[in-house]
Amino acid sequence: MSAGGHRRCAQVLNEALHEVFAARDDVDLLGEDVLDPYGGAFKVTQGLSDAYPDRVLTTPISEASLFGVAAGMALRGRRPILEIMFGDFVALGFDQIVNGISKFREMYDDQVTVPLVVRTPMGGRRGYGPTHSQSLEKLLLGVPNIVVVAASECHDLRALLVAAVEDERPVFLLENKLMYGRPNRRPEHRHVGEFEVRETGGPYPALTFSATGFSEGSATVVTYGGMLPVVLDAVTELVLEHEIFCEVVALSQLAPPELDPVLESVARTGALVTAEEGTLTGGIGAEIAARVQEAAWSDLRRPVQRVAARDGIVPSARPLEDAMLPSARDVVEAVLVLEAVRS
Amino acid sequence: MTALATLYERMLFVRRFEETLLDLFSQGKLVGTTHTYIGQEANGVGVIDHLDPAVDTIFSNHRCHGHYLAFTDDAFGLLSEVMGKATGTCGGKGGSQHLCRGNFYSNGVLGSIVPVATGIALAEKKKGTGAVSTVFLGDGTLGEGVTYESLNMASLWTLPVLFVVENNHYAQSTPVELELAGSIRARAEAFGVETDELDTTDVEEIHAAAGRAVARIRETGAPFWLVLHTYRFSPHSKGDDNRDPAEIEARRERDPLTVAGARLEDDEREAIAVRVEQRLAETVAAAEEAPFAEPEAA
Ligand SMILES: Cc1ncc(C[n+]2csc(CCOP(=O)(O)OP(=O)(O)O)c2C)c(N)n1
Ligand SMILES: [Mg+2]
Repeated sequence: MSAGGHRRCAQVLNEALHEVFAARDDVDLLGEDVLDPYGGAFKVTQGLSDAYPDRVLTTPISEASLFGVAAGMALRGRRPILEIMFGDFVALGFDQIVNGISKFREMYDDQVTVPLVVRTPMGGRRGYGPTHSQSLEKLLLGVPNIVVVAASECHDLRALLVAAVEDERPVFLLENKLMYGRPNRRPEHRHVGEFEVRETGGPYPALTFSATGFSEGSATVVTYGGMLPVVLDAVTELVLEHEIFCEVVALSQLAPPELDPVLESVARTGALVTAEEGTLTGGIGAEIAARVQEAAWSDLRRPVQRVAARDGIVPSARPLEDAMLPSARDVVEAVLVLEAVRS
Repeated sequence: MTALATLYERMLFVRRFEETLLDLFSQGKLVGTTHTYIGQEANGVGVIDHLDPAVDTIFSNHRCHGHYLAFTDDAFGLLSEVMGKATGTCGGKGGSQHLCRGNFYSNGVLGSIVPVATGIALAEKKKGTGAVSTVFLGDGTLGEGVTYESLNMASLWTLPVLFVVENNHYAQSTPVELELAGSIRARAEAFGVETDELDTTDVEEIHAAAGRAVARIRETGAPFWLVLHTYRFSPHSKGDDNRDPAEIEARRERDPLTVAGARLEDDEREAIAVRVEQRLAETVAAAEEAPFAEPEAA
């Protein structure tokens, strides 16, 4: 169950689901293979259908329609949680996402809301291959009027899920396959390990990590989701091997973009690296880089560096997947490039 | 049973409303697009008379004006919406194909609305409201795969969905023979869904069949697939029509207004026409006077 005193992320999410089901009887959960005893492909819904048989619906394999079904339910006063087994399959729902879910409220002149939650795991590093390993959040980022939230192992996963269910807007709660099995290392006494952590307010907070009490920092690395542990490894290596100190900002709200914590950190460090697991082009790093240079040009001493996956498929074989996805080494090198530019 | 004169008056109002829209378009008073319901009025009027706007819901498609008027009777909201006025049903944000008022919704992406209507039925079933969720789709929309995913779920979960297929024999410019294989009716039968199929423009026949369909849904809670073969006299949208004029002319013999009107007394028909013209004139005048939608001050 626990790992170093922390419960695993999948379990925390599971308990949060039980909590919201107990708290509100207008919440339903739909998805493939979500019934007990199976409890979902990643076991996040375990025990839920036994406890709430009328509110957990196992569905046909019809993602393109399921997004619409959830939208219809939300239009009529339910608060559906749609579990999509792999983030890759969000692709089947794009018509509903772009032309329905995200539009109904504004195009119907605020006469309706669409309070639904889509939960889905993104991410690779498990050898699942090209169609079960992607990080597709950048495709959602350009869709106005939805909220895209990336859970990380250091976030309060319970709070993120509860906030998503309470939100009147459509929320995409992006989980991560590797995260599920890892301990939910929430800050304790404002610390995660050696790092001091500051947390912003609001339903989907950002966490800012510093190993120097926010006093010394050569660069800010902004990241989210499954990339957070990779980035924390990288900044630890930078301290140990190069005596370079970085701040790390772990966003949870990717859209609408909320970059105040990034700007605050960059004001201290003067340099920015973005790190995401999705492919580089048109990615979240590009959006953040554009916004940070607009708002904080004078704070930036050096050009923004982006770390991301190579533009291509996520291969299955381990060495090929490792080469394609961004690694701690890539983050270290991006910071070292900044240092080289400085010196 | 709603009086034939009432059904006729509703159909005539839809007809004249749509003709007026085409008129306003040619005068440049409307922007965007419209898909008129001219020729298909008996379907919307006949079916929707069985729905209770306070309880039941409709998700309609691009050709939604007839459905909207039959369900909401809100001609001013619709006309001002199409005119881009602030008084429109969606404040001018939606335009012709994106309407919302009360329990009525429409959207312009073909097929997209079918799963949403299915989800609405699921919600209403969970809430125990007894609502019927009606969705209108055309022959061309049967090419969209989500239609069949929805049929599967509606049947599997016993959801109160009324699928109304209006086969007007064309999808935009494409005749049905070039877009549709097999049987429209058997599509639903394969999912274990009850069906009915009519090839008529007689509003009384459609009204009776729709009454049976809605009663079945209310009784069983299960979906129903109602196929209505029909025809549109007007272009797909505004001026786009390459059908053989002789074909259209031949169909005019079965104009639903002629069919129903023949069963009314002349003076009754004339009185209805006067009322319809007067109401329409008032609606147009009010909508023309209404303020245009403006962006909110920053
Ligand atoms: C997904 C999608 N593809 C194409 C269109 C463009 N379009 C609008 S109406 C139409 C024809 C629809 O035919 P049908 O379903 O038979 O309805 P009808 O217009 O005959 O009432 C087309 C192709 C669209 N709105 N949505
Ligand atoms: Mg058609």
